[in-house]
Amino acid sequence: MGFHLEIDLATGNIEKTETDPKLTELHLGGLGTSVKQHWDRVPADVKPFDDENLLIFSTGLFNGTPAFSANRTVVTFISPQSELLAYPMMGGFWSAELKYAGYDKVIFSNKSPDWVYIWIKDDKVEIRDARHLKGRGALETQDLIREELNEPDAQVAAIGLAGENRCFTASIEQSRSSASRLGGGAIMGDKKIKAVAVRGTGDVNLADGAEFMRLMQEVTEYINFRNTHPIPDVMTIMSGIGSPQEMLHTDEKWHTEGFSWGNARKRRKNFWTEDIEKSWSGSQTDAIKRMISCYNCPQSCGALIDVENLPRYMMKCFSKLTYSMAAYVDNLDFGFKIVQQAQEYGVDGFSTPQILAFAVELKENGILTDKDFEGCPPDDDKEGRFFWLLDRLAHREGIGDVLADGTYWAAKRIGNGAEEFAHNNIKKHEQLPIKLGMLDPLYYLMYSTNEKISITQIEGNWPQAPFPEREQRERFVKDWPQVPDEKFKEYFVDWELRGEKSIPHFPTPPMCSEIVDWMEMLHNIDDALGLCAGMASFCLKPPYHINNYHQLISAATGMDVDRDELKRKVNRSRNLHRALNNRRGMSRKDEKPPKDHWRKRFPELEEELLSTYYTYKGWNHDGIPTRKRLHELDLDYVADDLEKRGILKDGQGQEGNQAHQG
Amino acid sequence: MAKVRKVIKHIKVDADRCNGCRSCEIACSAFHAEPKYSSINPARSRIRVVTHRLKDIWLPLFAGGYAPTECAGRDIYTIDGKEYDECGFCRASCPSRDLFKEPDSGLPLKCDMCEGEDEPLCVKWCLNDVLVYQEREVWVEEETEAKKREELHVGIESLADKYGRDKLLDAIARMKEKD
Repeated sequence: MGFHLEIDLATGNIEKTETDPKLTELHLGGLGTSVKQHWDRVPADVKPFDDENLLIFSTGLFNGTPAFSANRTVVTFISPQSELLAYPMMGGFWSAELKYAGYDKVIFSNKSPDWVYIWIKDDKVEIRDARHLKGRGALETQDLIREELNEPDAQVAAIGLAGENRCFTASIEQSRSSASRLGGGAIMGDKKIKAVAVRGTGDVNLADGAEFMRLMQEVTEYINFRNTHPIPDVMTIMSGIGSPQEMLHTDEKWHTEGFSWGNARKRRKNFWTEDIEKSWSGSQTDAIKRMISCYNCPQSCGALIDVENLPRYMMKCFSKLTYSMAAYVDNLDFGFKIVQQAQEYGVDGFSTPQILAFAVELKENGILTDKDFEGCPPDDDKEGRFFWLLDRLAHREGIGDVLADGTYWAAKRIGNGAEEFAHNNIKKHEQLPIKLGMLDPLYYLMYSTNEKISITQIEGNWPQAPFPEREQRERFVKDWPQVPDEKFKEYFVDWELRGEKSIPHFPTPPMCSEIVDWMEMLHNIDDALGLCAGMASFCLKPPYHINNYHQLISAATGMDVDRDELKRKVNRSRNLHRALNNRRGMSRKDEKPPKDHWRKRFPELEEELLSTYYTYKGWNHDGIPTRKRLHELDLDYVADDLEKRGILKDGQGQEGNQAHQG
Repeated sequence: MAKVRKVIKHIKVDADRCNGCRSCEIACSAFHAEPKYSSINPARSRIRVVTHRLKDIWLPLFAGGYAPTECAGRDIYTIDGKEYDECGFCRASCPSRDLFKEPDSGLPLKCDMCEGEDEPLCVKWCLNDVLVYQEREVWVEEETEAKKREELHVGIESLADKYGRDKLLDAIARMKEKD
C-alpha cells in the first residue's frame, strides 16, 4: 500500500490518498501505475495545455530501497510535441526523497493562477508563492529554494525560462539530472509550477529485508565484476555498465565521425585528428571538476562542470557533444559553455541543438530571412549565432517563438517548404542525429514502435552490431546470464557482419520480434521499478536482468512474482500505454523512422517486420492491441473502450496473435 | 602499572573519492532497523554525506558522541577554497542542529561501527572505497581505582566551581531521593 499526493492547482486543495494495493499487483509502480492514472482520469480528447492534462511525478517500486541505481523519477503527461502520453525520466535524488516523505506519486491537476512552488516535508505540504523566482535559472532556482526554506537536504525539481514560456522542448532539471524529452517542462510551466521541493524523513519498508540484502550482495558482486571486466570486442563506450561514460571518456572518434553534424545532416569521417583529440580532451579535462553519481549508485556517470567565468553546473552523457556538432563548431569549449546556459533555461539537450541547426539551414536555404535573424551575430560566428538562437527560443522572442515548438510544429508554421528540413523526427519528436547505410531490422522496429519516442528508445541488452569473428561471438555468449532464453545465444552466434546472415535480412523478422520484445520489456520493468536503465536495460551484460528482477521484487514487496508473472505485469502496462496512445489517434501510419535514417531501405521487408512484430505483440494490423490480447492481460475494459470508439472493430479481436509471449 | 590491549577501530574517509551517492546512509539505516534490514531511512543513519554539489562538497560524516549543550563558539572551515558549513566537521549530536537525531524521538544517534559485523555496513556498501575500515591494536595503561577516584575528584571540583558547592550538593541530594 502506498500514498499519492494529489494537488489541485486551481483550488489549492491538497490530499494524501491511499492507493489500492491491487494496482501494484497489476502494474507494479512507476510508469506502469502512472499510465493507469492517465488512462482512468484523462479523457482521450484532452490537449496538452488543457486543465485536465495531469502531470504526474512518480517514484518506482525500488526507489529508496538499497537497490543500487534505483533513483529514477518518471514524469508523465500528454506531450505538447507528440500529443501522446510521454514519460521522460530523471535520475538524481528526488524520487527517493519523495518515498522517504511517504508518497509514491505527486499528481498535479489543473493550473495555478500564478507562479508557485510546492514544498513537501513529510506530512506537511505547502503551495508557496514563486513569483520572485520567475525568470530564474532551473539550476539556480534549486539552490534558492533550499536557502529560502533553510533545508539544505531538500531535493528540488525546477524549470527555467523555457518551461515558463511553454517551449515544447523544455526540460525539468534536478540536481545532476533532467527529465528532458517531449516537453515536461512546458506542462509544468503551463500549470505555473516553478519547482517541486521535497524532503522526507520517514521509513521505506521491505517485506523481506534480509533476503533483499542477500540478493543485492549478488548484484554487488556482479557490479564489481563488470567494473573490472569491460566487455572486449565492443567500443569503449559500450564496454562498461552505467550510463554511457561520456564524462569519463575523451575519445570521441566514434561519435564525432559516426554521428551527423548540423541538422542531423553530415558525417565528418576524418574529423578526429590528433590536433582535435588534443584540443577536445583538454577542454573536457579542464571543465570537469569532479565525477558524480545519482542517488545510491556506485557509478559516476555525471560530472561537476566548472568553466571559467560561468556558474558551475552538472553534466551527464551526450549533451557534451550535441551543441558543438549541431553548430559545426570544432571546439568543445563551446559545448561546455552553451550547455550551462541551456540548462539554466531548461531545455532538452537533444532536440534543442537540432532545432537551432534547423533554423540555420532554413536561413541558408532562403526560407527564413535576414529579418528573422535581425540582431543575430554574423554567419561566421557560429558560436554567437547558436547562443543568440538559444536566447530567442527560451524567451520565445521573434523567430524563437516559432522554433520553441520544435522542428515539426515550427516547420508547419513557417511553411514554404520548411517541412523538408524537419527531417529527423519520429512522431513529431527530434531523434538522435544518426544517418546510416544499411537498414537495421532491429532498430527499425525499436524506432518505429516504442512509446518512448526517444533515444535511448529501447535498446540495450542485445549488441548493436555483430562481432566480426565467430570466435568473438562465441566468447560473448559463453558468459551471458542475462538472456531470457538460450535461443538468443544462437541468434547472436549466427549473426554475421556480411552475407546471408547479416542485416537487413538477419535476424529474421520473427527473431527481431523476440529480441526487440525482450529489450522493450526490460525497459518497461526498469521504468516501473525506478531503476536506471544504465544498470539494466540499456547496457550489455548488466547487473539487473530478466533472471533476477523478479526475486528482488518478491523480496521487496512480499508478492510472489516469478519471471512469467513479471512479464505479464509489464506487458499489461505496456499494452495499456499503447491503447492510450491509440485512443489519441496513434496507429501504424505513425510508426516510421525518419525517411533518411538509412540510405538503403527495403519497403517490403519493413512492412513485413512491422506486421510480424505486431502479430508477436498481439496487436492488429494497425498496431492496436486485439481484444484477445487485452483479455489475456485483464484489460477487457480497455477493449470495451477501444471498441466503443471504433478504434478496435468487430472481428479484429481474434486474428493473428498466435506467437506472442505471456 | 599493568597494560591492557585495546582495539582502536577506524573508518578512513577519502572524501575526494566520494561521488555523493549516499549508499552508506542507506546501508546504515537498514542495518540498524528493527528487525534488521526491514526498513530504510537515511534520516536515521549514523553516517551522513553532507552535500553542496555546486560547491564541490561531499563530506561523509559519522555520528560521534552526544553533546547536551552547544559549544560556546562555532567554527567555519575553508579548505582548498571551499567553505564548509558551520561546525561542518563536528560529529556530535547536539542541540545546535538536526544532524544525528532519530527523526521521531529526537534521541541522539551514535555510530557503533556495526558491532558484531566483520566491518561496518557503510564500508561494505561503499563500492568506491571512500570508506576503508581499519583496526589498530594499542597497549594502554589499565585504569586503577586510585586514578578513577582522582578523575572523579577533578570532575566534582569543576562542577562545584561552575555551579557553587551548595547547588551541587542540592543536586546530589535530589539524585539520591530519585534513586
